[in-house]
Amino acid sequence: MVAGKAVRAASRLRGGGSAMPGLVAERVDPGFLAHALRDVPGGIVVVSGTNGKTTTTKMLVALLRAHGRSVFTNPTGSNFTRGVISAMLGEIPLDGRLRADMAVLELDEAHALKFADAVKPTHSLLLNVARDQLDRFAEIDHTARLLATLGEQTTQGVVLNIDDSFIARIRDRIAAGVQVRYFGVDESIADRLPELMEQDVRFDDGFAPPQAGPDDGMLKPADEREFSILFGTDAASAVGPVTLQQRGLAAMINATAATSMARMLLGRDFDPALAATALAAVRPPFGRGEVVDVDGTPLELVLVKNPAGFTVALGTYGSTPEATMIAINDNTADGRDVSWLYDVSFESLRERGVTITSGIRAYDMALRLQYDDVPVQQIEQDLDTALDTFLAAHQGEPKRIFCTYTAMMALRRTLAARYDLPNFGEEAS
Amino acid sequence: MTEQSKAPTGQPADLPILGEPARSGMEPEPGQEGKGVIHLVHLYPREMSIYGDLGNTRTLAARIRRHGYVPVVHQHHPGADFPEQAHLIVGGGGQDSGQVRVERDLDVIADRLRTMAADGVPMLMICGMYQLMGNAFITVEGKRLPGLGILNVTTRGNEKRMIGPVVLRTEFGDVVGYENHSGSTVLGEGQLPFGHVVSGLGNNGEDGTEGARSHNVFGSYLHGPILPANPAFADALIAMAAELATGRPFEPADLDDEIADQARVRQIKRLVS
Repeated sequence: MVAGKAVRAASRLRGGGSAMPGLVAERVDPGFLAHALRDVPGGIVVVSGTNGKTTTTKMLVALLRAHGRSVFTNPTGSNFTRGVISAMLGEIPLDGRLRADMAVLELDEAHALKFADAVKPTHSLLLNVARDQLDRFAEIDHTARLLATLGEQTTQGVVLNIDDSFIARIRDRIAAGVQVRYFGVDESIADRLPELMEQDVRFDDGFAPPQAGPDDGMLKPADEREFSILFGTDAASAVGPVTLQQRGLAAMINATAATSMARMLLGRDFDPALAATALAAVRPPFGRGEVVDVDGTPLELVLVKNPAGFTVALGTYGSTPEATMIAINDNTADGRDVSWLYDVSFESLRERGVTITSGIRAYDMALRLQYDDVPVQQIEQDLDTALDTFLAAHQGEPKRIFCTYTAMMALRRTLAARYDLPNFGEEAS
Repeated sequence: MTEQSKAPTGQPADLPILGEPARSGMEPEPGQEGKGVIHLVHLYPREMSIYGDLGNTRTLAARIRRHGYVPVVHQHHPGADFPEQAHLIVGGGGQDSGQVRVERDLDVIADRLRTMAADGVPMLMICGMYQLMGNAFITVEGKRLPGLGILNVTTRGNEKRMIGPVVLRTEFGDVVGYENHSGSTVLGEGQLPFGHVVSGLGNNGEDGTEGARSHNVFGSYLHGPILPANPAFADALIAMAAELATGRPFEPADLDDEIADQARVRQIKRLVS
């Protein structure tokens, strides 16, 4: 414990990574997590799935805090168990017990299970299954199995994505007595699901999708920005209309997931009006549609990490074409295999074209665009040089950079040195 | 596409092949055949094309057009009739659940595929489909699943996955790609490999071979997808298909592959020092 705190202080001085001190605490005391979370009375909630964990977690925490609950969370997007421990070390007193009403933890699929070995979650919110970082998880089937196991380990309640058949079918694995609820999209926009969901090739096994009930949150958009979350047909239960600060259908679905879970956790204390206000106030997390003010014009940084995410991002912004740069790295944190770029359609960029591609795989990205007949003006592997070229070419107009994780980290570092940016991991408030 | 993905039974519709025009699956109008019509078949796109392998089909179709020919892109789904004409056949990698779903259909079309292979029809079979073209796949538990026997290779299931970027030396020059497989493949007596590993693991991580070639059937573990950054290999497949389709030697156009060449050469530089 104390050893972990010392490392945290030391690594802060170095300005170093957020997972390191957690690693030390985990070695020092494997029962650390169970001990620290023993006195958290209102629930230990795990948010997992491939896409939208960070945004959904942030929204769920905001919803619970708006209802007066004190919430421990892992805010840095460092969604491994060690990241959770690292975050805790900053907040717990020397007796090692966390003082909070609830804990809401964002964990990737594999680490959610490691966490559940140490501490059984009371609640889990399971978002979706898509191809992501195949180097690590290898196959979608495997990822789906990890999430099903997490569902089995949950002791009080689960909220499942009704539209993702990998997730919805987990209902059959939930222990007796554990509450099952769903979130999803209203029939009026069901035709947009294929662009968001991974294909489930096991379509002949007779799985009948569940029907939404009065406690299941259904997303009903009014237009590109405004939406409501419906619970059954009772208008008084509906949350909204809400307009999020973060754009796009994916963010709306994240809000629907978070709201459905908040409603389960808060029970009768849940207040739809309070929830709507809380959602509207949530700022986009780092790298998820974050906007940097560059000499008076917005530069938007959009993190892309898998086909579903990139496709949704292009769909979100496709209706407003802007000057575009794409930066693709293939370090471990980006996913080392860039094959997935061929599972994304770039046709929406065809008319406006792409100013510059950059990153370690700049040429592969340009080649991919060539096969979608998207004109590319320049190719420059060096990120800083590409950024300078891009900014200079589009002075005074809005700009957008789609980038993989390590490319975004590097670009953000450069931008932070020049413009006013919150530090990574801190709230942009 | 939306309706189909919701339909519980029945013949699945074709998947969109990103970038392909709407008429991609249809015969050209009379007088619009260019230098010739090449029928391209992608096997099991729904079940067996994870990791961007449909990009190979897109690359072939686009390059066939750029060379002045007209592609007709067929998608063969389990249970459907195999296209009457096929000059070039492509298959990809899948998950275990996908592989199980295609096995029965593969039995049905096995003789047709064997005949075409013997007749010199070019085939590009990546990862899972490469394994299924072999003699057998032996699971970790020791169960023997027979393959088509078109390639004289045998694959054993492995606990360890072989993952990472690859550089090969092949008859088509240096080839780059990305491998991600748990099967460990061994070439049978006399079986030629597709290439020799310069960087990466290849068939089994031990003998330095990658993939296999018999007649014009190529098996390989390389994703990337393999064809866009290796246009010489793509054009070699197209040349074989064009000859079959037209009865004349391939008449290539002069294509600008500068970006593809840069992508490949820079990746080789990075991996081979």
